[in-house]
Amino acid sequence: MIINHPLLGPRDAQEFVYLGDASLIDRPDASGETALDDFHDYLYLRDNPAGSHKELWFHEQGDRSWLVVTRDTRTHEITHVELAFEYAKRRGRDK
Amino acid sequence: MSQKSRLDGGLIDRSRPLSFSFDGKNYTGYAGDTLASALLANDVRLMGRSFKYHRPRGVFSAGSEEPNALVELRSSARREPNTRATVAELFDGLEASSQNRFPSLRFDALAFNDAFSSFLSAGFYYKTFMWPAAFWEKLYEPAIRRAAGLGRLYGKEDPDNYDKGFLHCDLLIIGSGPSGLATALTAGRAGAEVILAEEDFIFGGRLLAERNLLSEQDGSEWAATVISELQSLANVRLLSRTTVFGQYDHGIFGAVERVSDHLPEPISHKPRQVLWRIYAKRALLTAGATERPIAFENNDRPGIMLAGAMRAYANRWAATASQDIAIFTNNDDGHRTARDLSAQGVNIVALVDCRIDAPPSTEFEVLSGAQVVNSRGRLGLKSIQVQLRDGSMKELACGALGLAGGWNPNVHLTCHKRGRPIWNDKISAFVPATDTDPLLRAAGAAAGILSTHGALLSGAGKAIEALKELDISARTPILPKAEDAPVNIAPFWYVKGGKGRAWLDLQNDVTVKDIKLAHQEGFKSVEHVKRYTTLGMATDQGKTANIGALAVLAEMEGKTIPDVGTTIFRPPYTPVSIGAFAGGSRGKEFRPYRLTPSHKWAEEQGAVFVEAGNWLRAQWFPIEGESHWRQSVDREVIAVRKSVGICDVTTLGKIDVQGADAAEFLNHIYCNGFAKLPVGKTRYGLMLREDGFAMDDGTAARLAEDHFIVTTTTANAVPVFRHMEFCRQCLWPGLDVQLISTTEAWAQFAVAGPNARDLLQKIVDPTHDISNEGFPYMACGEITICGCLRARLFRISFSGELAYEIAVPTRYGDALIRRLMEAGKEFDVVPYGTEALGVLRIEKGHSAGNELNGQSTAAMLGMGRMVSQKKDSIGRVLTGRPHLLREDDYRLVGLKPVNAGDPILSGAHLMNVGEIANAANDQGWVTSAAYSPHIGASIALAFLKKGDQRLGEVIRIVSPIDNLEIEGEVTSPHFIDPEGERLRV
Repeated sequence: MIINHPLLGPRDAQEFVYLGDASLIDRPDASGETALDDFHDYLYLRDNPAGSHKELWFHEQGDRSWLVVTRDTRTHEITHVELAFEYAKRRGRDK
Repeated sequence: MSQKSRLDGGLIDRSRPLSFSFDGKNYTGYAGDTLASALLANDVRLMGRSFKYHRPRGVFSAGSEEPNALVELRSSARREPNTRATVAELFDGLEASSQNRFPSLRFDALAFNDAFSSFLSAGFYYKTFMWPAAFWEKLYEPAIRRAAGLGRLYGKEDPDNYDKGFLHCDLLIIGSGPSGLATALTAGRAGAEVILAEEDFIFGGRLLAERNLLSEQDGSEWAATVISELQSLANVRLLSRTTVFGQYDHGIFGAVERVSDHLPEPISHKPRQVLWRIYAKRALLTAGATERPIAFENNDRPGIMLAGAMRAYANRWAATASQDIAIFTNNDDGHRTARDLSAQGVNIVALVDCRIDAPPSTEFEVLSGAQVVNSRGRLGLKSIQVQLRDGSMKELACGALGLAGGWNPNVHLTCHKRGRPIWNDKISAFVPATDTDPLLRAAGAAAGILSTHGALLSGAGKAIEALKELDISARTPILPKAEDAPVNIAPFWYVKGGKGRAWLDLQNDVTVKDIKLAHQEGFKSVEHVKRYTTLGMATDQGKTANIGALAVLAEMEGKTIPDVGTTIFRPPYTPVSIGAFAGGSRGKEFRPYRLTPSHKWAEEQGAVFVEAGNWLRAQWFPIEGESHWRQSVDREVIAVRKSVGICDVTTLGKIDVQGADAAEFLNHIYCNGFAKLPVGKTRYGLMLREDGFAMDDGTAARLAEDHFIVTTTTANAVPVFRHMEFCRQCLWPGLDVQLISTTEAWAQFAVAGPNARDLLQKIVDPTHDISNEGFPYMACGEITICGCLRARLFRISFSGELAYEIAVPTRYGDALIRRLMEAGKEFDVVPYGTEALGVLRIEKGHSAGNELNGQSTAAMLGMGRMVSQKKDSIGRVLTGRPHLLREDDYRLVGLKPVNAGDPILSGAHLMNVGEIANAANDQGWVTSAAYSPHIGASIALAFLKKGDQRLGEVIRIVSPIDNLEIEGEVTSPHFIDPEGERLRV
């Protein structure tokens, strides 16, 4: 596969390490009353879609950016790539 | 030796005779021959034995689809099994031998399998060898392997080199027949970056095998003209002897170039093969088509082969399987073969055409509406039985029979990304589905366009179409006039009614009956039938077999072939040697290895090295008179405890953490607190995973308010850095913090023992106070040594002694170890390796990889109270799961044998005294064990249920696989200086 790195352009997927569902970015509030359940769900429950999937890739043999890659699990077509840093900030993680 | 079956003409070089041997007998061929063509020219038809029944077999095809003629090439370490004689380029001195026969090809003792064929029907593995289960591994499988084998490996390392390479292009063209050449010419002239890959050793594909003229030229001449023009273009790369074997995602193709397979051995510095990874913006599949046979009783005898292959042997290689040949066809292409052979002077005994309306011929007898129903000739075809249109039988003597069942486009690569081919009634074959893949198009015969004229036009047209998408404009070149015969075919797959076996898959000995039986037994999906009968497996992947079996299955199901569907085509298109995939990654080069800064020095000391991750680390340093590793290790341990020792700890991961929020960041990634760590101090930190289990441990030293140095274990240096970047970029992107790995930037040495400070004082510049008061336990700082060399000093201890770690820029590492050893002479300083390091840390009760194995919590490690509840750190919430807080969970303890002489082994399990040693009674296990010179006995760390409450208890240490059962006393994990006084002096 080729991943179109937002800063570095098209790179071979061999340069990357795969982590998994981008929902790992949405870490629950650790101080909430339901934190134990929230963390359980966050860590262990995943959707497994046949189709578009947002996932985390780490450019380990490159610039060490974590990327959020939107990939179709059926065709491997990649429709969107962005820096996880930007994505996470948009999800409100910098507050 | 005469070449009895050599004809006139052909693309062979008669001025260059080549001698070769097959099964020990010497023959002569010519440059340009393949092993198969040279054997045929020498009248050798019998080339192998079949996989299951050991039936005598001859060459069946003239290309990479060959199911029968599998041979071993070369001798000794270069011996290569299961190569196809049809693609083995002849060279002088080639040694080839047949496979799967004993004692000889003509007399094979295991041919009795054939007589018992009724016991070897579809699924016989599953039916016959089920009980008793234990017999499978010991008896059945070895016997079957011996009997149903292919070739043999020599067992020695392959002496040749294999390489890997990367290529980029606008247009990859796969195959150089008429459509491929037209494509290459169009794209090459347009200035596109083109790669033309051809599996054969001459470009031209089917043009080389046909007699039809292109305008006034021979096809091979036209191909040579085009190739010479392409060679002159800098933007075109021609790769012959190169098979594109797979299409992967996003325009990536795998190809193997057989650089030296046509030579006795590679010329110096050249690889045997190169595995290319090709990145193509667009690709064109111009891989042609493969002919398919028609099945009938005893259709597998040597001499029975594909008609188009006969034509190729006659036209290109001037070789024939016999002087008297019959053809069995269901389409007009069979007539072309008969005409070409006849023109080459071969006697066409008869052309058997199952169609009633077969075109007539003045050159040979055409038996229309007839079928070949059986054959004779044990080691080679002697005659065929033909059922004529009126039902009468006729026996025809002939030495070879050509089968022409139509042509299957080579759609394989269009299916590697799950594309499904579609059925084309006009040619009765699957063709690539159009427009399903924007990157890979098919043209020519691969797209079902079987005439030369059509192939040329479609090649040029598809090239223009593909290049347009890349904004490269191209024009159709002037193409030669070529034959444009329509395809006239009446689908006909197998002759019905015979009592004997009619082979569909020659390589796996799958017959029409096998398919029918599988269907009767309920295997209706084509994928199931494949696996039950082994249809379409092994080196040829059923290239000549699958379609016939699909037809039988369709008939059984009362469906059409497209409704039954085809099995999925997967890479590789043809076999690729493991060596090519491995490339240079063999032996020591399997993966990179890393040397510590003191490696050269350690080698000079005669150190014994051990692999630690990618690193080579000194394991111990034997000195004169020591003959056993324990002597060295004990001496090193005692020296550290009594005076001072030095160990290279560069391999530990080092991560530089900087930024205004660095402390807050560390608070998140470590379960214990770091916000209040003063500048100039170091703290032990435990990192948890989010699930509450320990991930890694190490220290963090605060060099400035906004600057920390984090250390990790050697093994986890990479994963921890990845994890920290995840935390920084994905979880807390608002923090002002930056990370960089500096593992390689600093050479770091542990200086440990009561004399450590005295030693260091000799090299640390006097401006820096490293006295116990000026630089107390857990202090850290930037200093200079040896007259202004910048260094970092950490007063931390893994051994439990007064100890420091000193770091200098890596390039000074070698100098520093030499300086430290020199300065330490007066203290009898010793270098110590990883073994002594291990003993020292076990004596001190420090956890390492054996304890931090991904299954241990902070509580199990005795650090439960370290998990701060006042802040949000990774793993804190789920550490609170009730199951992880159980009182009866495992706890880290120490173990000492009750009898001081007993050894404890790591991996042993713990059992209560008086209980049976079984899984139900298991109380825990030994994680690390060592002989402790300090204690004078074997000691160990272990996880024991409720261990913290059982100090002083006697427990059994059991390891049935080591025949070990001893009694041990549960102790604190700290065997030395539990109060930590030695650290603070």
